[in-house]
Amino acid sequence: MEIRPILASLRKHRIPALLIVLEIALACAVLCNAVFLIGARAGEIALPNAIDEQGLSVVTLTGADPDRAASEIPRNLDALRRIRGVREVAVLNTVPLSGNGWNSNFTTRPDMKPTDKGSINSNVYLMGEGAGRALGLRLTQGRMFTGEDYASASMGSSFMPETHVAIVNQRLAERLWPGQSPLGRKMYVNQYWYQVVGVVANVLRPKQAGAGLPGIYDAAFFPMQPTAELSYYVLRGAPADRERIARQAEDALSGLEPAAVAEGKTFVDIRGDYFSGAASMVWMLVLVCVVMLAVTAFGIVGLTSFWVAQRRRQIGIRRAVGARRGHILSYFRTENFLLSGAGVLLGMLLAFGINLYLMQHYEMARMPWYYLPAGAITLWLLGQVAVFGPAHRAAAVPPVEATRSA
Amino acid sequence: MFGYYFQLGMRSLRRNPVLTALMVIAIGFGVAASMITWSVFRVVSGNPIPQKSGRLFTVLIDNRGPQYNDDGEPPEALTYTDANAMIRAHKAPHQTLFYPISLAVLPDGNRSLPLKAIGYATTADFFGMFDVPFEYGSAWSAQDDTRRAGVVVLSHQFNEQLFGGADSVGREVDLSGHIYRVVGVTRHFDPKPRYFDLFGGSAFDDPMQVYIPFNRADDLQINTAGRNTCGGAPDTGVGTGREGWLRGECSWIPVWVQLDTPAQVADYRAFLEGYAAKQQRAGRFRWPPNVRLRDVTDWLAFEHVVPPESRISLVVSIGFFVICLVNTIGLLLAKFMRRSAEIGVRRALGAPRGEIYRQFLIEAGTVGAAGGVLGVLLTAVGVGGVGLLFAPRIARLAQVDLPLMALTLLVAVVATVVAAFYPTWRAAKVQPAWQLKSN
Repeated sequence: MEIRPILASLRKHRIPALLIVLEIALACAVLCNAVFLIGARAGEIALPNAIDEQGLSVVTLTGADPDRAASEIPRNLDALRRIRGVREVAVLNTVPLSGNGWNSNFTTRPDMKPTDKGSINSNVYLMGEGAGRALGLRLTQGRMFTGEDYASASMGSSFMPETHVAIVNQRLAERLWPGQSPLGRKMYVNQYWYQVVGVVANVLRPKQAGAGLPGIYDAAFFPMQPTAELSYYVLRGAPADRERIARQAEDALSGLEPAAVAEGKTFVDIRGDYFSGAASMVWMLVLVCVVMLAVTAFGIVGLTSFWVAQRRRQIGIRRAVGARRGHILSYFRTENFLLSGAGVLLGMLLAFGINLYLMQHYEMARMPWYYLPAGAITLWLLGQVAVFGPAHRAAAVPPVEATRSA
Repeated sequence: MFGYYFQLGMRSLRRNPVLTALMVIAIGFGVAASMITWSVFRVVSGNPIPQKSGRLFTVLIDNRGPQYNDDGEPPEALTYTDANAMIRAHKAPHQTLFYPISLAVLPDGNRSLPLKAIGYATTADFFGMFDVPFEYGSAWSAQDDTRRAGVVVLSHQFNEQLFGGADSVGREVDLSGHIYRVVGVTRHFDPKPRYFDLFGGSAFDDPMQVYIPFNRADDLQINTAGRNTCGGAPDTGVGTGREGWLRGECSWIPVWVQLDTPAQVADYRAFLEGYAAKQQRAGRFRWPPNVRLRDVTDWLAFEHVVPPESRISLVVSIGFFVICLVNTIGLLLAKFMRRSAEIGVRRALGAPRGEIYRQFLIEAGTVGAAGGVLGVLLTAVGVGGVGLLFAPRIARLAQVDLPLMALTLLVAVVATVVAAFYPTWRAAKVQPAWQLKSN
């Protein structure tokens, strides 16, 4: 296909051509970034979490008398265990995605301070006896805590557990001791030290702390005897029963602790609540992208139709001097191909620029390079699809049009 | 002439319904997307207390030192020691401190289950400084603060729950086993963002329900229900019990002062520096004074209150609107140029260019208005459904009001008319002779 005549004709229609280029460029830039955002957020929503999410119900208890925790917690656990369908019950200081974080910086050497650059921030899960089974933690190395571990652990004087055993999840183990076996190693917080006795599959934190996956994954577990810090009751049962269990557990605790407020929820709801902001962002961006692509396509249809209508006579002349329908079709297709090409080139530059801006101002990650060509190809295809109708109409112009005056 | 051109415009729009519908829909969607995100953005980025934002300051003192502080910035709240020292010094015309509490209202009469009540333990100045409006009664007095009185101020909504909305001043409430006398009921008080409690991260949370005197809460040893940051500071050996809260170096109490003149601000800053210097001399701080006095706008900016989603979605929507407008330019161009013959005839009959401009801009204006009406409808639907798009605590900030609707319409019309300038210019350039000849 000869492109010189196309360029010559485009030079005559500079502004409409520029409009199409601009529209495609903007659409390409917004599309790349929006899809990147969607991908990032959707990835967050789908983050795996190695606990029995489907079968868990969680009841939080606020306002219980802290001095009586040691006697009331075992009593509460007994009552919860009697609810029909409950297989495991335990109590923790917080649960994944609850929004209630408990963070500390750990180091791998006793002489390092928690504020040193090399220290690693992690969530601290304090587990009452049986919490491993109740959450459904998956042990990959070592052992879970023993009854003795639980009985001997108490609260320290600076919000750290007084114990010497810990379990870490795989991600934290990999960050603290890259490429080495974590079992038997020690981690430190000021004067406290903990020896790793087990490793579990990756469990999410209660709340994002810091950027990226470490901020949402790093977690360490410690045993704890019944104390006031433990106020998240976790009940595990069949997924079909979770709603009922959450409700009955809330009622049971309200009855036992008349002065406190008990709130029951399924873990599925806790997860939904935590990610509701991200989910809504995804839906909005998807909606905007779809409407934007439709608007762009219709814009191309409209402008090309206008061109076709303007050039009916010229098309007729070309047909009369021997051009076939296929020639006319490919003329408009090539024209669109060139315009889209210019558009997506400009669009990729713009998309890159927007990504840089977002990176500087909103802690956005760098967009992987393949988003650019993917966005470009999408718009290129969109252009070809949009031009199909008008090009067909152009090809249908009969040669006799050449003899009619405009 | 306006009416006539308007009619012409309407007729022309009816002639190519598909093209017209395309333009109207594009403008409608574009303007609606921008307005929905704007309706959220204007609230989260707004100034919650415009009349006083330059006179209210939060007080920050670095009690951690260069090794432990946050890149040179002091913690976002004060320790119990420093917060009380600020209040006792009484160096500002008004000063207050507070911390969030969570209490249980015991069952009585018609309620069989305890109610959770969230609120602040604070001082009398809190209400005046933050312009809390009252429905019944008033704030407690400074004497109540010093007498450590068992008094309480209820929120409008909580008064509704407890007393059915009646004037409850003088009645008694049992909060976590202690009796408080109601001295006042606020009107709806829910500044967004809740600028004074950014430390607790509750900028967009539910409004508070009860307020009790700080000193009373202190006597009853009510611990904070909010945030507490110790920031890796060395263990001071006072433990995690009540002693730890009172004598440790963990920060958990925001302090605010009201300073009405630049001179007062300068004086207060000098006082703060002096206080920190005294702590240094006493050996508690081993670093030179590092204090901050931030006013409301400064504090909102420092704490990055505007959620990034809100800003990014606003940018995306505006980008989308621009695409819609570029699209409209193209379609209007197509539409106007199709009528070259008609323009030629008008020009030949003596219409000056100005008339052509007027006619086509009015036509574009009608497209914009139609798009605007569609936009208003979509905005109303969208804001209603904004709960699907934003977290509930952010979503309920978005509201459709008359100004928003007017703005939607105005933006649609103005943007379309601006977009129509180029197509109209092209239309006005049509050579009458050329058009007439070829016909």
